[in-house]
Amino acid sequence: MARIGVFICHCGENISATVNVTQVAEAASKLPGVTYATDYKYMCSDPGQTMIIEAIKEHKLTGIVVGSCSPRMHEATFRKVAEKAGINSYLCEIANLREQVSWVHPKSDATTQKAIDIVRTLVQKVKQDSPLYPIKVPVTKTALIIGGGIAGIQAALDIANAGHQVIIIEKSPSIGGHMSQLSETFPTLDCSQCILTPRMVEVAQHPNITLHTFAEVESISGFVGNFDVNIKLKARSVDLSKCTGCGTCWQKCPSKKIPDEFNEGLSDRTAIYTPFPQAVPNKPVIDRANCIWFLKGKCGLCKKNCPTGAIDYEMQDEIINIKVGAIVTATGFDIKHTDFFPEYGYGQYRNVIDGLQFERLASASGPTGGEIRRPSDGKIPEKIVFIACAGSRDKAKGIEYCSKICCMYTAKHAMLYKHKKPEGKAYVFYMDIRAAGKNYDEFVRRAIEKDEVLYIRGRVSRIYEKNDKLIVKGIDTLLNAQPIEIEADMVVLATAVVANKDAELLAQKMHISYDKHHFFSEAHPKLRPVETNTAGIMLAGACQTAKDIPDTVSQASAAASKVLGLFSSDEMTREPIVAVVNRMAPPQFTTCTGCLLCMEVCPYNAIEREEIRDRRTGDLIKVAAKVNAGLCQGCGTCVAFCRNKSIDLQGFSNQQMLSEVIALLNQPF
Amino acid sequence: MKIGYYPGCSLESSSKEYSKSLLAVAEKCGIIPEEIKGWSCCGASAAHNLNHDLAIVLPARTLAIAEEQGFTEILVPCAACYRRLAAAQYEVTTNEETHKKVESYLELKFSGKIKILSVIEFLQKYISPVADQYIVNNLNQKIACYYGCLLARPKETSTLKRTEDPLEMESVLEKTGAKLINWAFKTECCGASLSVSSTAIVAKLSGKIIENAVASGAESIVVACPMCHMNLDMRRPEIKKQIKKDLDIPVLFITQVLGLSMGIPADKLGLNNHFVSTKKVISSIVKKEA
Repeated sequence: MARIGVFICHCGENISATVNVTQVAEAASKLPGVTYATDYKYMCSDPGQTMIIEAIKEHKLTGIVVGSCSPRMHEATFRKVAEKAGINSYLCEIANLREQVSWVHPKSDATTQKAIDIVRTLVQKVKQDSPLYPIKVPVTKTALIIGGGIAGIQAALDIANAGHQVIIIEKSPSIGGHMSQLSETFPTLDCSQCILTPRMVEVAQHPNITLHTFAEVESISGFVGNFDVNIKLKARSVDLSKCTGCGTCWQKCPSKKIPDEFNEGLSDRTAIYTPFPQAVPNKPVIDRANCIWFLKGKCGLCKKNCPTGAIDYEMQDEIINIKVGAIVTATGFDIKHTDFFPEYGYGQYRNVIDGLQFERLASASGPTGGEIRRPSDGKIPEKIVFIACAGSRDKAKGIEYCSKICCMYTAKHAMLYKHKKPEGKAYVFYMDIRAAGKNYDEFVRRAIEKDEVLYIRGRVSRIYEKNDKLIVKGIDTLLNAQPIEIEADMVVLATAVVANKDAELLAQKMHISYDKHHFFSEAHPKLRPVETNTAGIMLAGACQTAKDIPDTVSQASAAASKVLGLFSSDEMTREPIVAVVNRMAPPQFTTCTGCLLCMEVCPYNAIEREEIRDRRTGDLIKVAAKVNAGLCQGCGTCVAFCRNKSIDLQGFSNQQMLSEVIALLNQPF
Repeated sequence: MKIGYYPGCSLESSSKEYSKSLLAVAEKCGIIPEEIKGWSCCGASAAHNLNHDLAIVLPARTLAIAEEQGFTEILVPCAACYRRLAAAQYEVTTNEETHKKVESYLELKFSGKIKILSVIEFLQKYISPVADQYIVNNLNQKIACYYGCLLARPKETSTLKRTEDPLEMESVLEKTGAKLINWAFKTECCGASLSVSSTAIVAKLSGKIIENAVASGAESIVVACPMCHMNLDMRRPEIKKQIKKDLDIPVLFITQVLGLSMGIPADKLGLNNHFVSTKKVISSIVKKEA
């Protein structure tokens, strides 16, 4: 005989302002099987929880229904309460009276009636509930880090230093990411490479870290604790075990006019190349799209000259399979390039450059050795106009968000230019200055007050070339809102930070959600900022949203700590909401006829073919389906497809769902 | 099919040659737009500065009577008229309350969903696909296509794909053999209706447009708006004073250029009605080799 308890929460006034909670509790108390019903201001609070525990004990309840917020919010809380009181935690059901009732309806009798209806269906369900026990699965204590920028490097080092194995994959030939391209970093102006490269070396030498550069994710399957990942090692055409990184090959390479990605196209590289002098691994790769050997079948100079015989034109892409327990996605960002801006010339003016290009110009390792020179003629500009919010916060351009880092790096750019050419003029067009961060506003004020950077609050409507100058037409919205024109020698656009081109594809491979701009979505914007909605996959850095280095590193360490939490025990528990094929005594064994239609439709490959054999003779008696509880995600597709109802979902069985529907349709009072 | 024709005031007065050339080109291609009976003022520069309701009701009236007369498409060559009609349509079709209000003002029921064609859309839809069979001349000219503001903005009602640097006029003129230059002032402001009240501002703004076109290598400027044409052509003496240069680059309507390439005589296209001589363009015509 069921003895059910019903507990209606006011949620402060969230529920009680629109739903008559006392009436709901009273109606519930009259339902068949309900022994006890009450309401309380905050059911999730300590006194609220204690009240439930005492009621369970006092009234010898066999199941409870809590009418409160969404089960996503507090189901776990109330299940623990049930367990503390000595009943199986799966004998607790949540009636969602907040998100599905009070927040979406006005105060009325109908609203209260809906709350009563929902409570009634859940009371029916809880009567059908049977105890369930969490499933234990082993954890593979190896982490995969996708992306070798500062986010990936930080997460990898944190996990590896805690004693676990880490595999990093990086799509380009070297780790380092965008941070390796930067000149100095705000707000301290310390050299980016000086702080980054030691970390890169540490990654390469760490005994717990395996590094695969020039590699991409091919496919991901499995689940938290037990991911199965195929990785494509792209053909590098250089055998890393033989190569010593001596550089003879690229010195001899005759194909020298390829735009250098690391220098953002401001200089050229060869077809066989090491991306930059501090690259890790510091070994070359052949860019097959531009290599004369691969284009015409002739040349072969690098191979002839390689002293160790490391060049291998026959090398093929290779797929390797790894097993990992957790994944950190740290794939970074891209920026819009100057060709995104028709009003600024669609990228056709060589002296209109983007922020990353300016970083390379200002960098001591850059194409000009750190001197700020115009790309068109190499002259040192007398006047530079910096345009903040180029593309960002611009609905017409499809990018409504703030790119966050531009205010700071634009101040830094203007400052670096003024340090190198104090008599030069630096103008910054801005919408607002967003310098929230430790020592950030002080940094911007320093650019304005000490380095005399001229800040103009307004937008630039057009840039065009005239007599070797760039005419920048804009408006100063302060000072009587005057239109102004500046004859500049160079223009730097702080272009919007955007998701990587292949972000969407990667998200789909990993089954993680992403927003409309293709940035990956965190599980909760405030309370779970580094996890994704897919258990075991974490986020770090600008693949989630635009971020500066301090925020990126913090998030990477946070992601690492989430991974370490997962790795802290040998096995992990999973929700027992999985499908099961019914079993019964011989000679029937099961009603499953072995059609295995469920195997075809299961999106998680969680169903296997089972042969039921005679124990003594070994003769085959029957073929049936069998669910691998470790892989099953409880989606229920198999249940819908099963022709004779032999497969059912624990916790959401056909019988339970039906009883809910009946309870909803038959109004017993 | 019946295409309604809404000339507006400019095409009946200061820009007669625009109307003339447009109808000549259309006729050449076998299309005779039919004037909407009883059309009225679009409101243009004045109404939307004075009264929001009036600014919607005036153009909406034309949309309503065109619908009543059975048109499904109307051609509105003047860019200002097009903007006002398109704006009225946007308001009426996206806001049910406005729609009801306008209907009660007009004492007319209408859907407001009639297709409004700007001159560019009309040329793209009806002339470009058949142009090959009618084009007999090559234009040996470097042309700067000037869009002005009204054809490209606002985004909600413009059919041009790239607001800041549209290419639709260029695509229409592609087959004329003219060299269509790339320049920076395609959508800069000409000064518009300040022509009357503050001519000096127009001289300054239009002067910059003309200077940049010439500096970019253009031999003629092609427009699709009567207001732009008036400012760039008729205001040349004031522009001359402003920029202290005597630039004699002619300004033509897009339909006049198409007409020339189709072998329509210059006077039928109204090329003799301009302030700046168009002779250079006319003499640049080379008969296409068969």
